[in-house]
Amino acid sequence: MTITDTSSAAPTVRKLSSLQLASRYGTMLALLLLILFNLAMTPNFLSWQTVNVNLTQVAAIVIVATGMTLVIATGGIDLSVGSLMAISGAVAPMIFLDTLVPIADPVLAVALAFVLPILVTMAFGWFNGMLVTRYAIQPIVATLVLFIAGRGIAQVITNGNLQVFKNPGFQFIAMGQIAGIPAQVALMLVVAAAAFAVMRYTMFGRQVLAVGGNEKAARLAGIPVRRIKILVYVISGALAGLAGLVVVARNSASDANLVGLGMELDAIAAVAVGGSLLSGGRANIIGTLLGALVIQLVRYTLLANGVPDAAALVVKAGLIVLAVYVQQRADRS
Amino acid sequence: MFSALLRPKSAGDLARLGVLLALAALILFGALRYDNFISPFNILSCLRYNSMFALIALGMCFVIITGGIDLSVGGVAALASVVSAFASPYGWAAGMAAGMAAGLAFGLLNGFMITGMRIQPFIATLAAMLASYGLALLLADNQSVSVSYDTAFTMIGQEDLLGFPIPAWIALFAFVIGWVFLERLPAGRHVLAVGDGEATALLMGLKVRRIVFFVYAASGLLAGLAGTILAAQFGAGQPTEGVGWELFAIASVVVGGTLLTGGAGSVGATLAGVLLLGMVFNVLNFENGLGWISLSAYWQSVIRGLFLLVVVILQARISARSPREAS
Amino acid sequence: MLLSIQNLSKSFAGVAALRGASLEMADGEIMALVGQNGAGKSTLIKILTGAYRLDEGQISFAGRDVSFSSPAESQKAGIATIYQEINLAAQRSVAENIYLGREPRRFGFLDHRGMREGARQVLQDFKLDIDVTRPVAHFNAATRQMVAIARSVTQQAKLLIMDEPTSSLDEREVAVLFETIRTLKRSGVGVIFIGHRLDELYALCNRVTIMRDGQTVAVGAMGDMPKMELVRHMLGRELAAFEALGKSADQQAERPLRLELQGAGSGLRVRNVDLTVREGEISGLAGLLGSGRSETARIIFGMDRLERGTMRMSGAGRTYDEPAEAIADGIGLVSEDRKVDGIVPDMSIRENMTLALLPKLRRAGIVDRAREDEIVQRFIKALRIKCASADQPIKELSGGNQQKVLLARWLCTDPKVLIVDEPTRGIDIGAKSEILKLLRSLADEGLSVLMISSELEELLAAADRITVLSDGASVAVLPRQAMSEKALLAAMAHQVD
Repeated sequence: MTITDTSSAAPTVRKLSSLQLASRYGTMLALLLLILFNLAMTPNFLSWQTVNVNLTQVAAIVIVATGMTLVIATGGIDLSVGSLMAISGAVAPMIFLDTLVPIADPVLAVALAFVLPILVTMAFGWFNGMLVTRYAIQPIVATLVLFIAGRGIAQVITNGNLQVFKNPGFQFIAMGQIAGIPAQVALMLVVAAAAFAVMRYTMFGRQVLAVGGNEKAARLAGIPVRRIKILVYVISGALAGLAGLVVVARNSASDANLVGLGMELDAIAAVAVGGSLLSGGRANIIGTLLGALVIQLVRYTLLANGVPDAAALVVKAGLIVLAVYVQQRADRS
Repeated sequence: MFSALLRPKSAGDLARLGVLLALAALILFGALRYDNFISPFNILSCLRYNSMFALIALGMCFVIITGGIDLSVGGVAALASVVSAFASPYGWAAGMAAGMAAGLAFGLLNGFMITGMRIQPFIATLAAMLASYGLALLLADNQSVSVSYDTAFTMIGQEDLLGFPIPAWIALFAFVIGWVFLERLPAGRHVLAVGDGEATALLMGLKVRRIVFFVYAASGLLAGLAGTILAAQFGAGQPTEGVGWELFAIASVVVGGTLLTGGAGSVGATLAGVLLLGMVFNVLNFENGLGWISLSAYWQSVIRGLFLLVVVILQARISARSPREAS
Repeated sequence: MLLSIQNLSKSFAGVAALRGASLEMADGEIMALVGQNGAGKSTLIKILTGAYRLDEGQISFAGRDVSFSSPAESQKAGIATIYQEINLAAQRSVAENIYLGREPRRFGFLDHRGMREGARQVLQDFKLDIDVTRPVAHFNAATRQMVAIARSVTQQAKLLIMDEPTSSLDEREVAVLFETIRTLKRSGVGVIFIGHRLDELYALCNRVTIMRDGQTVAVGAMGDMPKMELVRHMLGRELAAFEALGKSADQQAERPLRLELQGAGSGLRVRNVDLTVREGEISGLAGLLGSGRSETARIIFGMDRLERGTMRMSGAGRTYDEPAEAIADGIGLVSEDRKVDGIVPDMSIRENMTLALLPKLRRAGIVDRAREDEIVQRFIKALRIKCASADQPIKELSGGNQQKVLLARWLCTDPKVLIVDEPTRGIDIGAKSEILKLLRSLADEGLSVLMISSELEELLAAADRITVLSDGASVAVLPRQAMSEKALLAAMAHQVD
């Protein structure tokens, strides 16, 4: 008999290694360092405008990355989010511009422009979830289908045309202000807070983590693994749809060719830098928020200090590798 | 390969047979329906344009066979196109060497991150993609970089040799080498065995890390070659080109019957997958030319997505019934 | 002497896995290597094949002292290993698998024809005529075994190690496999055969080496070793401090039946199992490794389909397609392998404990933390789980405490039937008897416990009745009064005397 029981005498609280500290608080630390650096080096950093610029830049990414965090927590991945953004971004203006059917009541039109596109992207999310669960197709391939076809669908329904509009009611979602905070930033915070609460306080959140943490154990504990997986893809679809609305509202225009382009990778990068390993079982929503902020702030810092935007990409790449490397090492130690 | 097609022995064989039949059906459909579909001009321009994707898909095919993925190929191609454009004044060979070297460098970087640092391929190559775009934009100063027309560099993308586009020759050459490697050299069998299961391959005495390193290096090299052709074909290094190429390459490989779980795959069927997805655009053009209906070019993405959907569902169905899953 | 292993010792993180084990064998000998889980068989094999390094001891192979640093190296030296889950590249052809890594070449290119011909030839030596160009995944387990053996033959292996090669074979396939092994033996190849089906060992092997607790406890010619003796050596006799916890027959009376299996079967591993668990009793399930104990539990819990026979819960016929259905019916399962399908390592003790209870803990989707904390604290106290706090990640706990959390996971759902598979594996002695007492007191409160264990003392101490499985079928039921070590050993050795 091998005896592996080591701590039956007294419970010990293990000391965290520096690696584990880095993995747990690294993102936060990076953010603080960036802020300190900017306070010292970047002129006018501590202005309302700077804060606004950075937060609005990051709003859509955070919204999408929140859904992505849930998907990744189950051990999956969703490559279709950018394309789904294009779809919702294409559908919404068609509704209040009356391209589809004339809607007499402008309030109703705006309301529908919020609701319908998101319902559509939720349906696509459900489709992703079905491919992953019912047909047991790997998430990368399953969501690759809509990555390719989704943007095509958006382009087809708009015929590739730019939809330009001015609709204050609809655009409140991006342009408006709530208590002095830009509406899209407020929306981002609400989405992140809601996801945080769901993951922390609800049964669903627990079950998501259990599925990603040990799918076999989850099934043995009676958790409806399939249903949970489908749901996270639906949520990811819904949040991608919402982000699509924010982006077109911000631009006063919807271009199916561009809305959400490359978003899937930005979102995954935010999740990775934020400390949720791609292998599942963790959903660090605040980490994701911080991760997105770090990536954005690095870009801003470089830009504000005369380093070209392109260099920020290289730095971002390094950040991602570093973050994942540190986490993996910390996990193994 | 043909013996495998005549007597399919695995789910993968069936899928590969399927893509060849689909390609044949599409060509037949086009030939019967449209006047100039099988005209030399149409065929050659189709080949010329798709040769870049074919090269990228070839590298991706090897990576996927080992059970990995390479998201960096689009960015690496963009970088290579810029680098080769800069080198083009020194002759076509210099341009080509420079582009391929840039690609190889990133391939080696990917290989190191994956086998040395043990970072998941998805993340490692995602980072490499961002870095390669960043470098391309930095080098090119956010603009496209005109190639030199004083040297023969543009011939790599634009000229014909023996009535056949040079980029298509290059792709064909690469595919022949790829095919020989995979089907006729022991190392090719080892690549397949690694994809079947790394632990098993290790126990069977294979040098797994070296093999994995190699496929990423090869993928980078081929992406570099594709980028060189891109620059030569369009007369400029394009730092913003290549977005989404990686995912289209993956789609072509999957449509070609290569399983994303690794361990099976075919160079020939990958080529068929590239052509099948590539020709959707071609057929759409001709259909519109008939004037009966007017489908925008945007339908091609939708149709490609549908192709992919059908293939993955069929694959899932077949592999659910294959003995591998049952045992 | 083909192989001589002397005084082999190996520890992992201070825990001894091997303590001076030894093994000797001659050319052309088939050596049975037996022992329970954790006896050190696989560690011994892994050191021999170069997957692990030894701490102490000598190995000499074919007349040379050796110390291999990788599986590849030991293969080169002539040691071939065939693992339980056969290690072949499933999607590659039979011929390719036989030659992988040592492909015949012509001018540097693969010699496909040579490979096919060679493969066909080797397989014909084993009277196997198959299409060698098909992927190995297309063939049944026996054929795949044969392919793996053929691979080792072409490697000119002098020693072949087979780890439970018959576990997924049917009788006919076993016969073919044994014929192959005997052919090898005749050509002078030595074979180490790790197995648990005694009849097979006696039919095939010349000699046996028995391991227990990291040591070699007995070596002998198969013919001189009665089954009873072999099993006794294997299971050992720890004069452990287990007091008899079971009830006498009259205490037990005739309690109502809770769970009942009749002629249950699924796949090859479970052929024909009759089993009953009454209210308020601990029903033991015994049997050697591979006898189908855990597989029977899987059927009851809805992880595998009941293909033959019937199952009843409190008198009503049942089959479950999903564990969730079994759970809804009041069944819980603490599985054999805590790491693989028990704990969710990154989650806290609290979260792990309430995983199955969640649906009853929620109010409008929100987990009722107050109630959860109350329940978790109650069980931490009742089961004396040693932890810093309920929010400590479960992976930081010791094996015994993890096991208690998993027990609590089910106990808090107030189940009718609790299946525990090897409930004390990897747990220290103190925690062991604590867990057994706990199960006893739960049974006294009315819970039906089905306890699967490979430790005799444990079963003898705790169970009210023991059903013995052999080769997927129930072969004996021992009531409390008929329980003795001897009776149990005899039944496990499937020997009626």
